[in-house]
Amino acid sequence: MDKIKCECGHVNPEGTVLCESCGKPVAANQHIDGNDKSKLLNMRYEGSARRSQTYNRSIVDKTWNFFSSVKVGVMLIVIALIASGLGTIYPQEMYIPQEAENRDPAVFYEDWYGITGKIYYQLGFHDLYSSWWYMIVIALIGVSLVICSIDRFVPLRRALKMQKPKRHNTFLTRQRLFNETEKVSKAEKEALVAGLRKKRYKITEEDGNILAEKNRFSRWGPYVNHIGLIIILLAALLRTTPLLFLDDTVWVREGETKVIPSTEGEFYIENEKFVVEEYDFNDPEDAKFKDAIESRGTTVHKNYQTDAIIYEAKGKQVAGQEPELEEVTKGSIQMNKPLKFSGYTLYQSSYQENDFANMTFFVYKTDDEDRESLGEITIDLTDPKDEYELDNGIRLKINNYYADYELVNGEPRSVSNYPRNPAFVFNVFPPDSDESEISFVGIGKNIDATGENEYKLGIQGFNMLYASGLTVRRDYTLPFFIVGAAIFMIGVIQGMYWQHRRIWINPHNDGIILAAHTNKNWFGIKKDIEYAIKDTNIQMVIDQEELEEEKERERESKEG
Amino acid sequence: MESLTSISSTALYTAFVLYLIATGFFGATIRDKRTTDGKSGITGTIAITLTIVGFIAQLVYFITRWIAGGHAPVSNMFEFVTFLGMSLVLAFIIIYFIYRLSVLGLFALPISLLIIAYASMFPSEVSPLVPSLQSNWLFIHVITVSLSQGVLAVSFVAGLIYLIIQVNQKERTKKTTWLEFILFSLIIALGFVIVTTTFNTMDYEATFELEENGNVIEKTYHLPAIAGPKGGTLISEDRMTPLFNAPEWMQGEDAPRKFNTLVWSILSGVILYGLIRLVLRKRIGAFIQPFLKNISPNLVDEITYRAVAIGFPLFTLGGLIFAAIWAQIAWDRFWGWDPKEVWALITWFFYAAFLHLRLSRGWHGEKSAWLAVIGFAIIMFNIIVVNLVLAGLHSYA
Ligand code: HEM
Repeated sequence: MDKIKCECGHVNPEGTVLCESCGKPVAANQHIDGNDKSKLLNMRYEGSARRSQTYNRSIVDKTWNFFSSVKVGVMLIVIALIASGLGTIYPQEMYIPQEAENRDPAVFYEDWYGITGKIYYQLGFHDLYSSWWYMIVIALIGVSLVICSIDRFVPLRRALKMQKPKRHNTFLTRQRLFNETEKVSKAEKEALVAGLRKKRYKITEEDGNILAEKNRFSRWGPYVNHIGLIIILLAALLRTTPLLFLDDTVWVREGETKVIPSTEGEFYIENEKFVVEEYDFNDPEDAKFKDAIESRGTTVHKNYQTDAIIYEAKGKQVAGQEPELEEVTKGSIQMNKPLKFSGYTLYQSSYQENDFANMTFFVYKTDDEDRESLGEITIDLTDPKDEYELDNGIRLKINNYYADYELVNGEPRSVSNYPRNPAFVFNVFPPDSDESEISFVGIGKNIDATGENEYKLGIQGFNMLYASGLTVRRDYTLPFFIVGAAIFMIGVIQGMYWQHRRIWINPHNDGIILAAHTNKNWFGIKKDIEYAIKDTNIQMVIDQEELEEEKERERESKEG
Repeated sequence: MESLTSISSTALYTAFVLYLIATGFFGATIRDKRTTDGKSGITGTIAITLTIVGFIAQLVYFITRWIAGGHAPVSNMFEFVTFLGMSLVLAFIIIYFIYRLSVLGLFALPISLLIIAYASMFPSEVSPLVPSLQSNWLFIHVITVSLSQGVLAVSFVAGLIYLIIQVNQKERTKKTTWLEFILFSLIIALGFVIVTTTFNTMDYEATFELEENGNVIEKTYHLPAIAGPKGGTLISEDRMTPLFNAPEWMQGEDAPRKFNTLVWSILSGVILYGLIRLVLRKRIGAFIQPFLKNISPNLVDEITYRAVAIGFPLFTLGGLIFAAIWAQIAWDRFWGWDPKEVWALITWFFYAAFLHLRLSRGWHGEKSAWLAVIGFAIIMFNIIVVNLVLAGLHSYA
């Protein structure tokens, strides 16, 4: 490496723009921060030697330089921004509305949105956020963040540690805030320093040269916040591993006990009861919502709730054998009130009302037009008995029970074990008789095989059973997101609400040169200086940038 | 309960009127000879006092409604948008006490008035909460987001003032046209408010009958139908027949009605704008510019930046972090690529770009001001278009 030795004696690394110690511009490197074209020095990174600005030979250098450019960073952000917007034109795949006739994406988009929908689908925008190219854009932002931060952090830290109170004249005169006072007494100088101390500046003195500095830590804000962002991106990556992130669903019907999927048979859930509540404006508590509910014209749901018991399977698990269950916890799962146990969380996510809980049948004489009931029975569909006896002595024997009845190739079958379309073949025994008639009853079906039956069965009523849909989650990545977000916030606040302010006071003949720099909020530093010089005749610093702009404007208005 | 609700709406109305009067006083500060640099004299003091009293009135609205409804009043479009208007006033008051720039009030308050008026176009009954909204995190989230958007709106106001001061009005350029477009958009909002209020007070209703999925349904318009629903027949008597039908590709609930409202807003905006131009005989920007000539553009630029510097972290906290916490508890996932979430992300990315460009690429002054305007457009898009058109889980309407 070609080190650069400054006239002040300090040896700077290759690529340095402003001497780390005295700030004198290194003649050969002034193009790097554009100092050659402007009156004022660019103080962004203290003129430190950044790798990206120094080497541009190998492919590694070129890649490094590409990603460490803020311009590229902003471009990536803008690309991500536009891409994200595209994904909201039509709903994403997972938000295809329930009422769509066909929810297959290949059909849905064209169906609903015509040709544009078809194109949307074909471009893969229906699942944009998990598309490879979107992920790549996000990953590139991450790469850019890391490289950009390293590129600047290391040399910046070096430069900020190195600085000396005595600065080169060129450095001082080319600061945005600068002025020279011809005659300054010792007392005035002391008053100035005292004023700055009062404003909480840290004072370093060397041979009469003074540096007043405060809030240097705020310079690290952006680096801190970018570390937070990187942690969040890494957490998102971790989330794709099942080890740290588990996501499943389970449907449990009321009264049912079921193994919780993805817990390796360790945990079971029993759904004691499922509750759906609606707002009722006749209830004094909800009366205040009367107008809103009436003007909406539909009912409004108030609560979905599963009263659940969680069990843990004890002892060795033997295939085909019911495990011994021990209660772990018990509670109700509501929206916004998930249930937690042993690292898992259960969320109320949906419900269905398509299973029958029980059915009530009544028996009447076939030739009775009024269908007068001779007696009733209620069958618990989750646990039907073999035989039922009516009050008047008629006995009903269940010959066959189809929980989910369907005719398959002309054969009656139950296509599932869930009572969604229950049907029965009964043997009906008249009182005191051993001879039975056969009757087939289901929803909308009532068949008398021989046509000679004396008794007939009718459906009196039924109750439906809720099935509760719960999401099972175990998410060990959450702490990473929380830490990342917290670090991001700390970094943003650190960098945004404090500013790194420096004021240099160097003696010059009988007077002093006063120059100042801040990384932002120039109003603030000007106020500090005004305060510190108020009882002296030290000249207020001049804002050379504003001066330039004013001249520019005057020139323009003369021409125009 | 009844009385609380009526106190609440009276308070809101009071706040509205006070803001309106305060705007007038802020306007007067420009002509106040004793003030230089747009800073406040006695007129300015009266103006800010009125603003603060108005804000307190709106606070009364907020608190009484909270008590009456049993939940923070930020749960439907009316409440949410009203609160946004209130946040803008609060943000303005805070910034005013930092920089003492009266002219800010002259622009911030009318925008807040427009926002509150826009809110009042939505059903304003105290509404019950569906299960997913029953969470304190929802309120924390919405209130923080809203406050941050209020602060970011101040950056828009400052940006707009900057542009009016700085864009050269001597000849017509792309810049003057865009600036006029911004002002025109505000006039469209005004047009919307005027038209809707007028027909609402007249109780205008036009009902259409049409077939949808084999059922005959009725659709009621509250504005005369310029663009009718496709396939609809007008069944109300003495009502204007539509001039044309809303385009078929517009999907979603009440899309034709919303489209009709849009047509009305633009139409009335065009007429209003035309009238103003006719009276002024120059671009609105060119008309306002001389009144602002004493104001330091650097100060206004500083306010733009300061507002973003406050608004961005607040938005991160409310729009992303608190939103994620709520989503995690309510829907078992902290991020779900719902349109509302995506647009929050877009807003966040945009202001991050704003900060990067300003800090690292020196986008100050005019460039920064244009960005502040675009940022506000994104926020408004999120509130209006995403809520009403790209509806997702958060959809209030
Ligand atoms: C694409 C890659 C990115 C690069 C190359 C990058 C680079 C930078 C740089 C160089 C700074 C200024 C440091 C300084 O001059 O002191 C900065 C500041 C900052 N960055 Fe990034 N950044 C990137 C992505 C992001 C993202 C995605 C966000 C968040 C949305 C973000 C948020 C911030 C914030 C809040 C600041 C502080 C701004 C201020 O204090 O005004 N950055 N970034």
